[in-house]
Amino acid sequence: MLKNVAATLVTSTLVLGSASAMAADTITGAGATFPYPVYSQWADAYQDATGVGLNYQAIGSGGGIKQITARTVTFGASDAPMKPSELKENNLVQWPQIMGGVVPVVNVPGIDGTKIKLDGETLAKIYMGEISNWNDDAIAKLNPDMDLPDTQITPVYRAEGSGTNFLFTHYLAQVSSDFANNVGEGKSVAWPAGVGAKANAGVANQVAGTPGGIGYVEYAYAHQNNLKVAQLENKSGNFVTAGIESFKAAASNADWKNADGLYLVLTDQPGGQSWPIVGASFILMHTDVQNPQAAKQALKFFDWAYKNGNDAATKLDYVPIPDNVSSMIRQDVWSQIKSQSGEQVWTK
Amino acid sequence: MTQSTSGASEDVTLGATPTEQSAVKRNRRLDGLFEHTTRGFALLVLLLLGTIMMSLAISGWPALSEFGWHFFTEDRWAANLDRFGALPAIYGTLVTSGIAIAIAVPVSMGIAIFLTEKCPAALRRPLGTTVELLAGVPSIIYGMWGVEVLAPFLQSHFPTIFPAGTGLATAGLILAVMIIPFITAITRDVMLTVPPMVRESAYGLGCTTWEVTRSVIFPSVKGGLVGGVILGLGRALGETMAVTFVIGNNLFFNPTVTGQGTSIAALIANQFPEADGLQRSALLALGLMLFVITFIVLAIARVMLNRMDRRAPK
Repeated sequence: MLKNVAATLVTSTLVLGSASAMAADTITGAGATFPYPVYSQWADAYQDATGVGLNYQAIGSGGGIKQITARTVTFGASDAPMKPSELKENNLVQWPQIMGGVVPVVNVPGIDGTKIKLDGETLAKIYMGEISNWNDDAIAKLNPDMDLPDTQITPVYRAEGSGTNFLFTHYLAQVSSDFANNVGEGKSVAWPAGVGAKANAGVANQVAGTPGGIGYVEYAYAHQNNLKVAQLENKSGNFVTAGIESFKAAASNADWKNADGLYLVLTDQPGGQSWPIVGASFILMHTDVQNPQAAKQALKFFDWAYKNGNDAATKLDYVPIPDNVSSMIRQDVWSQIKSQSGEQVWTK
Repeated sequence: MTQSTSGASEDVTLGATPTEQSAVKRNRRLDGLFEHTTRGFALLVLLLLGTIMMSLAISGWPALSEFGWHFFTEDRWAANLDRFGALPAIYGTLVTSGIAIAIAVPVSMGIAIFLTEKCPAALRRPLGTTVELLAGVPSIIYGMWGVEVLAPFLQSHFPTIFPAGTGLATAGLILAVMIIPFITAITRDVMLTVPPMVRESAYGLGCTTWEVTRSVIFPSVKGGLVGGVILGLGRALGETMAVTFVIGNNLFFNPTVTGQGTSIAALIANQFPEADGLQRSALLALGLMLFVITFIVLAIARVMLNRMDRRAPK
């Protein structure tokens, strides 16, 4: 018995010891929850390949921006890009690391949610409380063959500040001037109607448990939980189904080269097959890093992810950043990251 | 007590040996030290309270001075537009607590009356302990129960009133369940302060249990009863986790009782982790509001409890 205890103590000391030795080889980052599934997969593969670990805290985009501004982490992550002026003010650069789609999930009694068609204007009116029943004329007009039930609509949204909120409200503000004027876009907005739930899981649960509910989540999440994703009308007037193909179609419009500070939101993009709510998740780093060694390790990880992470991302329904964009990022963005003495951190 | 002893030992030795005298002196020193230390601890609490309140006021000042009275009249809490109105949160806090009190008071009084007047002696202890245990259940448990059991139940049985199951009324119900054991425990304790003789005399005159409770026991412990209710109210006002789960988190002012809304504590819990600038300041000002409301409520409770103590027969 005593031997056992001693053995446990010895092993735990060893484990602790090795953990603290590893700590030096850990990249720290915090921010968006949206890319967390793919970042954690990359981190596992990267640790197997190089022995360097990633400690990524998925605390939300707002929190990520806060932490990188306070320099408590090596990199921050945000689904809402920072404005070029804000970047300059805080000595930050940003670049897109991965792209994905936000999708409306519905729970309409007696109806296959994947067949329901909605357009941006209707979606905005639902979220403003102006359309409050599933058999409303506006919805019936979009779904003429459907026998819509007389059920109250309960819009569900994210209660905390989130990048998903930003993408969704940015889209609604683009397609509905009413929404833009009354609610506006942002990571945290005051919704005139509906229920706020915590995180993607909360929104999904609330929609699943509420007959007549509608919500929005990251596609990877809807897909993995078999939630019913409604079809949306895109800019070209086509009704499109959410999925990696329609996300890719929207992402192909992204003109990163001409985006000042890489500020680009991919909602309401042209193209017959484009999904209307697509966004990139951004990485934020300082241009005057205090710990060049840590910064270099982080950049090595992102470099590795651009080169080797595409399959894992696609499997999780994320859209990888195209190669020409990633080489542009290496050249034009990473070159701005310097140590306090002015030395370039990324040298390759 | 202490003073009279120390006064006596200063003046006369009463034939004590020098060793005994020095022991008395040492004890007096120790006693003084003890008194000062404990007084220091007590003052520390006051200091802490004052500092917390002051830091809230200082950090909330930018928002309060920016919005002025609009902080209390604006109908929404829209961080993206920099429009911060405390009205939806204050309304939600008061309505949920009001519902909770309206439900909890009669039920708690009923339980307490049963426990003190009617309960068979064998059941009294187990039931009383259960009530006290219930009062100790962590609020997150009530929150999970609310979101997993109560909200779906309301949603499936009253879909027209509770289309989503959540809302101000649901939060009020959860709060009622949370404060019932709290109020019950206090009510039972103050009812037990009524001497058996008074009670038995009333029964001897031919009073029914209800008459004894209403006309003899309640009047003599009125202050304590109100104090217990207000302590329950204080808990309901500040409850965060359980409320956040079921209140609906709608940041728009809706003059509704069953609809979606928010409370001060829930709003802070949702937004504080990633707020900065004006939003952070506005949230801190909101925290100050909650502090002030709770402070007033608890102060009233203290006064009433004190009054009861003075009146309670020794």
